[in-house]
Amino acid sequence: MALIEQKEIQTAVAAAVLRAAAAFLVAAFVITSLVREANDKVTELLLSQPVPRSAYFAGKFAGYALVGLALGFFFAVPLALFVPASRALVWGASLAFELLVVTAVSLFCVLSLTQTVPAFAATAGFYLLGRSIDAMRTIAADPIGGITGWTDIAVRWIVDAIAVLMPSLDRITLTAWLLEGPPPLAEVGALLVQTAIYVALIGAAALFDLHRKSF
Amino acid sequence: MRASWILPGRPFSAGQRPFACVPTWVLVCLLAALFAQWAVKSRHSPESPAGAELAPPPGMTALRLASLGDPIPLAKLLTLHLQSFDHRAGNPLPYQSLDYRRLAGWLEQLLRLDPVGQYPLMLASRVYAEIPNEPKQRLMLELVYAEFLKDPGRRWPWLAHAAVIAKHRLKDLALARRYAAAIQQHATGEDVPLWARQMEAFILEDMNELETARLMIGGFIEKGMIKDEGELRFLEQRLQELERKAAVAK
Repeated sequence: MALIEQKEIQTAVAAAVLRAAAAFLVAAFVITSLVREANDKVTELLLSQPVPRSAYFAGKFAGYALVGLALGFFFAVPLALFVPASRALVWGASLAFELLVVTAVSLFCVLSLTQTVPAFAATAGFYLLGRSIDAMRTIAADPIGGITGWTDIAVRWIVDAIAVLMPSLDRITLTAWLLEGPPPLAEVGALLVQTAIYVALIGAAALFDLHRKSF
Repeated sequence: MRASWILPGRPFSAGQRPFACVPTWVLVCLLAALFAQWAVKSRHSPESPAGAELAPPPGMTALRLASLGDPIPLAKLLTLHLQSFDHRAGNPLPYQSLDYRRLAGWLEQLLRLDPVGQYPLMLASRVYAEIPNEPKQRLMLELVYAEFLKDPGRRWPWLAHAAVIAKHRLKDLALARRYAAAIQQHATGEDVPLWARQMEAFILEDMNELETARLMIGGFIEKGMIKDEGELRFLEQRLQELERKAAVAK
């Protein structure tokens, strides 16, 4: 259908679909499997053993994280048909780290909310907010009508406060990395650090919640 | 069976163990991660679209596809997007720095998406044509003129404003007359006020084409187009004044 840039169009569309599908699959897998486990009383059985809750959580997270990492790299393979393998590899690595964040958030949501639909809705909301929070900050920082009163300032502060608690998902796994080349190493490093910090934050919050939960 | 780790019949807080059950290292990790997250995020501010250039307008087929069969909401949203293009955070672009050819393309596409909508022509005549850059002003005025011809009954107010800009800002009476003449010829609906159709006569007077102006005003009166007594009196006075000026000029 496209007259020019056929390869670029195929790459961009495929990358966007693969990215969204991977996030959906990982979130659905984590949430449904944990809810199923809770329904079957496997969770209670596991926690009745002489195992600290942190070990239970770490084991769960490690397993799901492995699935997420594998899926990230696996989903990058079809893109290697359209772009150089090195670009697809960097994109796949970035997707794998994005899926780590999705894994941590899904785990946190399912441990807190305990049911499939609320946990999935919360994870989806989290993901979408993570991808759009910077745009919201831009809008809140300079509304079209200008900052006219305390409500504008309050909105800006609230959006900034929410942004602090959100991962910058709009800065990772970018399609531009496939089409124009990977970002500088320093940028990749900074994104890795940010992902690691965010996974640690959500993991600690989930652990906090798990330790307080009464079964 | 309900899948919940909170026991049925107990309030939410009853499903929670005391804070003391949370190991200290978990709390330390949580606070440390929270601080690190704050430190990382506060270093990064959202990218400003400063200096971003106005992209070329999408093709009509793409717009129709994106509208999912209902083009008017898309047209409205895109109009607001276009209007706010230079209004974003930190964007230093004044209107006159915009690429006016692209801007005109956007406005044309918006009018094709929503032909009844008046907003794009309002922006063209009252916002984008009010800049101190003559070539760009003329481009916008020509856009208004071209679009007026497609639906004169509805779009005449914007061409009337274009005529005012041509006369008072550009000091181009010939251009103002062309616009005023177009209104007089094409905007013939009942709801088009007489002042809009008389514009050409007054511009002609400014151009010192007294005889033509006199004939035109006389024509309005003779055809019985003037219903309002006050307006009739005003035009008759104007006609007499023109006749006097024409006599002096001879």
